[in-house]
Amino acid sequence: MSGANGPDRFDPHDPHDPYEEEPGQPQDSGATAGAPRIPTPRASIEDTGRPLPDLAAPVPLVLEHRVLKSLLGAWALAACSPEETVAVEDHLGDCGSCAEEALRLRDAVGLLHAEESLDLDPLLRSRVLEGCLTRRPARVPVPVWASPYDAETARLDALLKDIGDGEWHAPVRLRWYESGDQVSRKTTVAGVIAHLTSVDGLVARAIGLDDPLGSPAREGLGPAARTEAYWKASYFPPTRAVRVPWRDQSHALIRTVSFAGADASGTGGSGQLPISYGDFELSLRDAMTDRAFECWVHAGDIADAVDYPYEAPAPRHLNRMIDLAARMLPGSLALRRRQGLAAPARELVAAGAAGRSLRLEVEGAGGGEWLISLDSPGAVGSAEREVAHVALDGVEFCRLAAGHVSPDEAAAGQVGDREAIRDVLSATAALSRM
Amino acid sequence: MPKDTPSRWDRRMQQRLAHGEAAALGELYDRFASLVHGLAHRVLDDEDAADQITREVFTQIWENPEAYDAKQGPLRSFIATLAHRQAVHRLRQTESAALVRTGLGTTEDLERKVRRASAAARADYIVTSMPAPLRAALELAYFQRRDYRQTAADLGVTEDEARRRLRLGLQLLSTAHDSGTPPGGYGRPA
Repeated sequence: MSGANGPDRFDPHDPHDPYEEEPGQPQDSGATAGAPRIPTPRASIEDTGRPLPDLAAPVPLVLEHRVLKSLLGAWALAACSPEETVAVEDHLGDCGSCAEEALRLRDAVGLLHAEESLDLDPLLRSRVLEGCLTRRPARVPVPVWASPYDAETARLDALLKDIGDGEWHAPVRLRWYESGDQVSRKTTVAGVIAHLTSVDGLVARAIGLDDPLGSPAREGLGPAARTEAYWKASYFPPTRAVRVPWRDQSHALIRTVSFAGADASGTGGSGQLPISYGDFELSLRDAMTDRAFECWVHAGDIADAVDYPYEAPAPRHLNRMIDLAARMLPGSLALRRRQGLAAPARELVAAGAAGRSLRLEVEGAGGGEWLISLDSPGAVGSAEREVAHVALDGVEFCRLAAGHVSPDEAAAGQVGDREAIRDVLSATAALSRM
Repeated sequence: MPKDTPSRWDRRMQQRLAHGEAAALGELYDRFASLVHGLAHRVLDDEDAADQITREVFTQIWENPEAYDAKQGPLRSFIATLAHRQAVHRLRQTESAALVRTGLGTTEDLERKVRRASAAARADYIVTSMPAPLRAALELAYFQRRDYRQTAADLGVTEDEARRRLRLGLQLLSTAHDSGTPPGGYGRPA
């Protein structure tokens, strides 16, 4: 340690915040306008009122012009030894060009300040983009069914941008339901992003992009198996380096489905392309909604782990996510029935015919009403055949579908057939997976 | 230095915008929104006004992607210049309106305020765009309050080199005051 700037060094216990110190501001603000005078360096030790360092004998330094000039930056930042400071200041009285530069550099120091990270309002993105697209409609729009994914990945990326290196290793517990039991898997914030990358990769490979799992191609793996494979493929635990590949892939997905899904209504075209999840399939448009949902859910897991607030998606996006879950419920019920986990079907319903139904009323922004066919995925939900009515909040419904609350804990208003209600709530939790 | 990659990205982005690809607009926003918003906020010190500038800047680029000329510099500088110009214009407007309304202050005060805000915004940009070794040296000497010898040791460079970096870093930063020469501090390669 040189000791030169001893009392001036950063001290964490010093009540005087060094970041607050706008060097020379009070006394120097008019320096440029006034008579040419040489400003004193920032927080010169003599100004602090603290004891001066013990200088054995103030030996005047004799330095040549070249060296003095090279010291000007350090001098302006008060980063020289006291002897050098004296030598520079003596020199400034004699040398016009150095004095001029010294003044200029001292002013520049006044422009330095701590970087303040302002959180951009996540809603600003959609407002800005919508504004642009109103003025000049896109020739290649992002399909409406891909816009929740677009918005959710952007939101998560903004969160990731704000978190520190260490927070990437904060522990996160992934939770979901398997055969009626809540199970969990421990990972980290970076591990969650690796998980999202590997499962988004299911969609990526199906539409012709590179599989993040690399080659040889892994066929038939579901989300959990892909995630485990991706985690295992890396020798070291994942770090913040996972962010860029995840983001690049999500941008590439949005871009590719925009070109492929020229039919922006999402009723036909590439939106119908089947995407295999291992033991089940979703259409591309539903898979993109599913990936948006997973992105939000895991962003919430990450936000909890690093103690950040995280809001629900925009209502129209939340509505798409709830709608997908509601449409998947009859299939989930039928699967649980085959596994002996749900009560047997009460009646046989011909495909396309109206069958016993449960009215699912989802409250709040993005909510709505869905009629869930109870006895067969092929049957049509029917208001006339309603045997039960469940009402719950949209975010609560999503927490249930994500496996974050149990069917018993989910706060739901219930009227009608108890068995049907229990089976539907359990089938909702069974939609969750790693 | 792999110089061509960023400029290829810039040109590709311009083509995609010109082609009317909404996904490209989203990517443009993801890359530059915090730059635009941060600059506007530095000049205007107002959240809503900064939001508004962000909207204007992206609309301008989306409506007229041809206005960017890759030969003149990186897309990042181009966007920063737009944001800066728009924000300063708005500051001058709101301040003159206030001057007329209240009669407090003088046009010289106004111009001084505009100049100060303008330089502060340019300085932010210069710091984030300057070569990383210079930024690291300034960071140590100013924020960590290391003297130049400690800075040299921390960076593993000679004391001569540490002095050179501090001086050069401040020289770059001092150009933030040169408002006269367009593009006023944003022309440096990012």
